[in-house]
Amino acid sequence: MKSKSIAVVGAAETTQLGVIPDLSQIQLHADAALNAMADAGLKPSDIDGLATTPEWTPNLANYLGITPAWVDGTMVGGCSFMLHVRHAAAAINEGLCSTVLITHGESGRSRVGVGPFSGNRASLEGQFEAPYGIMGPPTVFTIPVLRYMKTYGVSEEQLAMVAVVQREWAAKNPRASMKDPITVQDVLSSRMIAYPFRLLMCCLVTDGGGALILTSAQRAKDFPRKPVYILGTGEGAESWMISQMEDFTTSRAFRVSGRKAFAEAGISHKDVDHLMIYDAFAHLPLYGLEDLGFCKPGEAAGFIWERNTAPGGKLPLNTNGGGLSYMHSGMYGMYALQESVRQMRGVAPAQVPDAKISVCHGVGGMFAASGTIIFSNQAP
Amino acid sequence: MPEAKRPLPKPTPETRHFWEGTAAGELRLQRCDQCRRAYFPPRPFCPKCGSRKVSVFKASGRATLYSYVINHRPMPPFTAPYSIAVVELDEGPRMMTNIVGCPQTPEALQLDMPLQVVFEKQTDEITLPFFKPAGA
Ligand SMILES: [Zn+2]
Repeated sequence: MKSKSIAVVGAAETTQLGVIPDLSQIQLHADAALNAMADAGLKPSDIDGLATTPEWTPNLANYLGITPAWVDGTMVGGCSFMLHVRHAAAAINEGLCSTVLITHGESGRSRVGVGPFSGNRASLEGQFEAPYGIMGPPTVFTIPVLRYMKTYGVSEEQLAMVAVVQREWAAKNPRASMKDPITVQDVLSSRMIAYPFRLLMCCLVTDGGGALILTSAQRAKDFPRKPVYILGTGEGAESWMISQMEDFTTSRAFRVSGRKAFAEAGISHKDVDHLMIYDAFAHLPLYGLEDLGFCKPGEAAGFIWERNTAPGGKLPLNTNGGGLSYMHSGMYGMYALQESVRQMRGVAPAQVPDAKISVCHGVGGMFAASGTIIFSNQAP
Repeated sequence: MPEAKRPLPKPTPETRHFWEGTAAGELRLQRCDQCRRAYFPPRPFCPKCGSRKVSVFKASGRATLYSYVINHRPMPPFTAPYSIAVVELDEGPRMMTNIVGCPQTPEALQLDMPLQVVFEKQTDEITLPFFKPAGA
């Protein structure tokens, strides 16, 4: 085992997922945290590091009865938890703390115990984007795709296929919000949200949470669950203003984050058995497959169309059903991490046989930020 | 319920020249005096080389359509469906806008089509730049 290795020793989602009108947002964090502590056989007093968002870390520490000696509140949107994992791994290796809890909880649908949406009209996006009628991610995250489709000749049918394949995975998952099979035609006849995106190409809006507990790989063998090791991590950032993204056909933050994670893990793409790519909208798996290097530029839509990422395909992708069909509370990154851990533990509802390496890639704040974590059930 | 209004910008010291420009019917960009690169949104230094020696200049107002969506959900005071676009200015920088003066359809909104800036006064302080098909 490498001297500086980190493992996940606790992982859990909230007891319920979907519509949870009887829990406020901070209690969704706590429910997931208590489940993860039970999974790891730990009490709040055993935790000495805490990272969370969108709740404020000191508030959650007090609520959970944790006295952290290491505090992280990194908030870069839905991939914040990938960054928390990366920062926690570095902190544990540096001896800043030994046992880190990372939580997410979001009352995305029911909006219980959540402040109002607000915008700063003096910010650059408030001055130069908000006046043009943007309504959150469905009208902003989506803007690059027509340029991508024109550049590579990708059709609306191919974009729709992303949602179709992920529904096939969701059908195998009892906790998925949407399980009924859909066809390309169903996607293309669903309600138009923001051309070219139709309803079934957009993520769900649900309530839920999740939590992870990390410690050194040396300590990990003393925990009840089989450790899931972290082989490599990456993060990146580009622009919160979509109009200032360098190239609408590729994400610079994805490329930076992915390269870092693969280099640190010392693996190649053919070693990867399982892949998660944060899919708030149907185009994100296309960008992810290409920017992480699984496909050449322009080839991801064909790769998915030919069922390489579908059940039985050579690169199982978004096996929980993804943000499109499993759940999406607003900051989905935590649920992608949970599915990677389940796959590495061998307990996923749609388990990939003999999977040993899982790559989990997140996006945050539209294309503003990115985080990548590479897991394995084999000690590095 | 109060009538919904378009969320208007609040200028800051670093962006005031831009909004004074639109009120005067000019699209004002900045250019680095060192590396000569034009950039947007406004800031008092060059994002490429970090130089603080920068100048404001009047842009041509010509652009091409880089990418867009057509929003179909109700968003008062906007009338759906309406385009939310990113245009590439002839000088290089890109900016968000609405494409006006043409049907809000995929057929009328072709990527790379030439566009021209138009200004619409919103308040005494704020005039917003929009883009219409060139020659329309
Ligand atoms: Zn310069």
